[in-house]
Amino acid sequence: MTEQTGAIEAGVALERRKSTGLWGDAFRRLIRNRLAIVGGLFVIFLALTAAIGPMVTPFEYFDQHTQEVISNNNRPLTPMQQVEGLDHVHILGTDNLGRDMLSRLMDGARISMMVALVVQAVVLFIGIPVGAAAAWFGGRIDTFLMRITDVVYAYPDLLFIILLGVAFRETFFGKALDGLLLVFIAIGLTSWVTMARLVRGQLLSLKETEFVEAAKAIGVSDRRIVTRHLLPNALGPIIVAVTLGIPTAILAEATLAFIGIGVQAPRASWGSLVADGQAYLRSFPHMVLFPAIAIALALISFTFLGDGLRDALDPKLKGKQ
Amino acid sequence: MTVSDPQAPPGGAAVTELPDSIEITTEEGRRLAERLADNRPHARKLLEVRNLSTQFFTRDGVVHAVDEVSFDVDYGETLGLVGESGCGKSVTALSLVRLVPDPPGQIVDGQIIFDGIDILKLSRSEMRRLRGRKIGFIFQDPMTSLNPTLPIGFQISESARTHLGLSRNAAADRAVELLSKVGIPRARDRMGDYPHQFSGGMRQRVMIAIALACDPMLLLADEPTTALDVTIQAQILDLIRSLSAEFGTAVMLITHDLGIAAGMCHRVNVMYAGRIVETGIVDDVFENSRHPYAWGLLDSLPRLTDTRAARLRTIEGMPPDLINPGAECRFAPRCHYAQDRCRSEEPELTPRDGEGHQARCFGTEPGGWIP
Repeated sequence: MTEQTGAIEAGVALERRKSTGLWGDAFRRLIRNRLAIVGGLFVIFLALTAAIGPMVTPFEYFDQHTQEVISNNNRPLTPMQQVEGLDHVHILGTDNLGRDMLSRLMDGARISMMVALVVQAVVLFIGIPVGAAAAWFGGRIDTFLMRITDVVYAYPDLLFIILLGVAFRETFFGKALDGLLLVFIAIGLTSWVTMARLVRGQLLSLKETEFVEAAKAIGVSDRRIVTRHLLPNALGPIIVAVTLGIPTAILAEATLAFIGIGVQAPRASWGSLVADGQAYLRSFPHMVLFPAIAIALALISFTFLGDGLRDALDPKLKGKQ
Repeated sequence: MTVSDPQAPPGGAAVTELPDSIEITTEEGRRLAERLADNRPHARKLLEVRNLSTQFFTRDGVVHAVDEVSFDVDYGETLGLVGESGCGKSVTALSLVRLVPDPPGQIVDGQIIFDGIDILKLSRSEMRRLRGRKIGFIFQDPMTSLNPTLPIGFQISESARTHLGLSRNAAADRAVELLSKVGIPRARDRMGDYPHQFSGGMRQRVMIAIALACDPMLLLADEPTTALDVTIQAQILDLIRSLSAEFGTAVMLITHDLGIAAGMCHRVNVMYAGRIVETGIVDDVFENSRHPYAWGLLDSLPRLTDTRAARLRTIEGMPPDLINPGAECRFAPRCHYAQDRCRSEEPELTPRDGEGHQARCFGTEPGGWIP
């Protein structure tokens, strides 16, 4: 025994390669994916805008520069337009009430980022426990939880959100966070089903692995097996699902804002900016164009990042790139 | 450096209380709780299995995977359980720790007395305190038995933290000690490594460290070397032998490799189609076997004297369907010596020459037709 150990010891006297682990490898693969990097950088940019936006914004998003609009013959200011007797320009112009578009877009980024975070938090908060419980207990509990999931899945999302929005609009709950909380929760309540199904599917296959059997054989408790052994192994797909769920949520919020549900004036999300601007589409397209570009860029960035993460975290690709 | 007294862990941290003390709901659970602290024998035998029957309820019918199996394990002895694939070896081992997948499997009958405690009467949570603490388990495939997302240090500490209530640091110290005991060099440096950074043999060493983390009284090794190459097999078996001797751990070694059984075990049970067909001291079973199936197994081993061209000998036919075993000797369809009686009636395990030597065969009973 000691002889062998000695021999092995001599073998490892060489410099040991620094161990990178699962996440290190995944990160290396991620940063080799150019699209994912571009998407990731834009996501970081959006997050920064949301975080420090109010400090760097040129104007308040609700300031109505009425005089400037009046002196411009009651027309919205177009991007970079010089107005006589004014020492500043509005980089992206103003809307018909003289509100600075850039500032409003930046506030819209805040809303979109909040949607991204809060909705996914709701999704994780409901989806993981439901999926994990269904997979772990199986049998009747599984059937019960999955039928509920099916019902939620089958119900038209927008109809549900609109109904919820209308029903609670005048309550305290409906007014919290400028009306956003209601939208967040409504979107979350319709989006957790895919997460629940994903987690259930992952855990069902992980449950049968030998390391779970081994954990049981040393007397690890059920809860600990689920939280320490099963969920970390499902983390890759969960992260991907969250990242790819964000654009869907942002789009849902924008859609709702476009039809007038959710954020209340004077705050504006990108969706309501598009809605406000559509009356001026022909003469002042900048009022629609910029928020629409913002929505498109945000969706594409999150999707690229999500795709990149999926490739990076897919163990079957290990060692390829 | 000794691991024989886990109650005085290295690192100086005193054990105050168990992290989650057992919820005691049964009489057997109360006795278990009293006996957790030390490894003194409390019964005549470490393990007494009586008429254990484990069945799988499948769509096609009830599979009698383990059928009225009885055997004992003495304190500190190494018992072999040999037989071909599907004969019920692994299900027997899983039944002992009540980890038979349910559904479809179920222990339908019998008694399992571990150190005087009837473990089939324990509640689920009481059973959990027994697993890993008093009974360690080594699985067949070390490549899949370790969690790929957790560092091995964590996985070794987990048992000690669960059962002995050690702090994170004390458990880590113990894990390092165990890792060096199982022959992993620079153990402290490797604590943070993940399973994929270890070779198969090293991983099996890690599995052994996990199984021995709480100084169990019984180690169930389910084909611990099947997935390893031959040179590593020898090292792993050496390790199991030396550590079990050092800790005084009894081992139940499941294998289909007769050579391993002969080299490692004091006694051996030969299983066939869910039943024990022969049992006894290794020398008796291998030198003076009294069951045609055991002959067949021994005969099918390749010999050094065989020429290259010689074909390996096999046992003709297939093991019987375990859904409807029928009232016959289960080996009769494949047995050259079988007579009418073997096809109408199933023999019992009856004594043969040698201490505790028993076989299940009419032909080799006194007055039987097989010499």
